[in-house]
This record gives sequence, C-alpha cells and structure tokens, in this order.
Amino acid sequence: MEIVDRKRVQEAIHQFANKDVYIHLETTNGAYASHYDQTFFSAGAYIRNALVRYELGKITGNGPYRVGLKIDLGWIYAEGITHFELDELGRLLLAGHDYNGKLAVALEISTTPFE
Amino acid sequence: MRKERHVLVVFPHPDDEAFGVSGTIATHVKNGTPVTYACLTLGEMGRNMGNPPFTNRENLPKIRKKELMEAAQALGIQDLRMLGFRDKTIEFEDEEKMTNTITALIVELNPSLIISFYPGYSVHPDHDATGAAVVRAVAKLPAAARPTLHCVAFSNDCVEKLGEADIIHDITQVNDIKLAAIKAHRSQTEQMFAGMEEKLKNQDPEVMARLNNERFWTYKFE
Repeated sequence: MEIVDRKRVQEAIHQFANKDVYIHLETTNGAYASHYDQTFFSAGAYIRNALVRYELGKITGNGPYRVGLKIDLGWIYAEGITHFELDELGRLLLAGHDYNGKLAVALEISTTPFE
Repeated sequence: MRKERHVLVVFPHPDDEAFGVSGTIATHVKNGTPVTYACLTLGEMGRNMGNPPFTNRENLPKIRKKELMEAAQALGIQDLRMLGFRDKTIEFEDEEKMTNTITALIVELNPSLIISFYPGYSVHPDHDATGAAVVRAVAKLPAAARPTLHCVAFSNDCVEKLGEADIIHDITQVNDIKLAAIKAHRSQTEQMFAGMEEKLKNQDPEVMARLNNERFWTYKFE
C-alpha cells in the first residue's frame, strides 16, 4: 500500500464507473476495543462482494480522504482513507490506517468477485 | 503435565494458539503426544498489517497462513488443519454444521484432551462461538467417552464468574519455543514485541509470569 495519491486514485475510481463492480467496504475498531476500554462503544460493519454500478465516484479532502460512489439507487461512502494500491488483479484497494498502522476502514473495487 | 493420548486444539484465528497455550502445546509435543491444531479461519479481518502497513486486506490471509504454518513448525505440530471458515463469521454459521465439524475431528482423532476457548468468557465473538461448538460436540458424546476439555478464558469477568483457573501449567522450560511461535505471527505481534523486548530482557516479573503460566478452566458438563 502507498500513501494516497489523489490524482491516481481519482483516475482509478473513474475507470470503474458505469461497470458492474464488486465492492468490499468495511469499518472496524477491532474486536478488543471494549475489552481494553470498557467506556469504548464498539461498532463496525462490513459488506463483501456487493455487486453495484456507479455513475460517479470521487475522492475528496486533504488527507485522510473521503470517497463517495453514486450508485444507481443510492451511495457508497468511506472516510479516513490514507492508503491505496492498484493490485496485480487490477483492483483498487483503498484503506485507512490509524496512527498505529491498524486498519480502520477499507473500500475496495474490483470487476471480479473478491475471494 | 499429564501424558495424553492425543491433543486436539481448536481456535478460530492464527495466533490464538500462540499467547495462551503454545507452551502447553510444545510440552505435549516434547512428551511425544500427537497434537492436532484445527484453526477455523485465516484471520482475514485482522487490523494489524505493520506500521507503516506492509500488506493489505486482500493479501493479509496469505501472510497469516504462512505465519500459522511457521508457528506450527516452531511448536512441532505435525497436524495442522485449516478449516476454511471466515474471520468474524463463526457465530453466524449454522450451529449444527459447526458442531458436526468438531464432532468429525473428535471421531477421527479420538483425543484424550481438547483445548479451546471458554464460551462466553473469551471476548471475541469468534472465540465464544468456537468454544461453544466444541462444548456442543463433546456434550453429545456419552459421558464416559468424553475427552477432557480445557478452556482458555480472558474476559474481564472470567475469574469473578468462573472462579480461579483450576489448571495452571508452568511452561518456563519451553518459553523460548513459545516466544518463537508468537514471533512467527509477525504481522500481528511485531508491534507488541517492540514494546516488550526490553521487559523480556530484564525478566520483568509481571511479563515473565504471564509468559510462563498458562491457565485453563476444565469444562464441567452437566
């Protein structure tokens, strides 16, 4: 993963527009957050291999970044994005790593299903 | 430590075996007891990927699989089973399917001891669901045929609710092997080690006590 290059990420997001794409979207504070700090309210969500089509997608902010994808009947949104990678399978992997390097959010776009 | 016929270890994530029970595993291996480790997932949803991150969400399982195999090798585990479930999903799987998965292992291996998590007292939902599947599978056996079940528990309320652990293994003799197993899970433990190295070198009493004592609660069936 590399630090987000907004221009390259924007180009990649654009390339997946108006195609059937598979999405992995996740946010997490880890399963142990409330164990170590009982005042912490633990919450998270993920969806893997949602099949969608978006007409418009943007990366915004000055870092950490936000990404919004306007899909046919709604939206996909992620914030806290810090890193990106265009992997060997042509997938766009976006992730937000916190100050200790731990993954906090991920948004991934692929034309083929994730494993 | 009692000599066992066969030890079956069942945990959901690569590295679950490392912290609390790897000294016990290494001791059984040294005693010549066959040990099977059934690991349900590859920890696909782990958050640790190094700092700065050296991998990504999609490649993490491949790295953790390799780390798991290295840890098993460090411990001398001959029989490592990767069961192909997905991280964070164990509690949502069909309960009967999970029970049957464990039953099949018990029937095949005929273990005299099973080690897993104590359901309800193991913090991570995958831990609790794995322990619950093991308890269901063992409970289905006639009482006389049941292997001993040693459970790991570490929720904040575990001692309050379960009492003190009834089994404590001093694994000082093999703590170098245990450290090697923990280190094998580099993606998950490297940062933790960075903060511990000094304490290990100085034999910090609290750290050494935690490292050298592995505690279990013997599960009591009704």
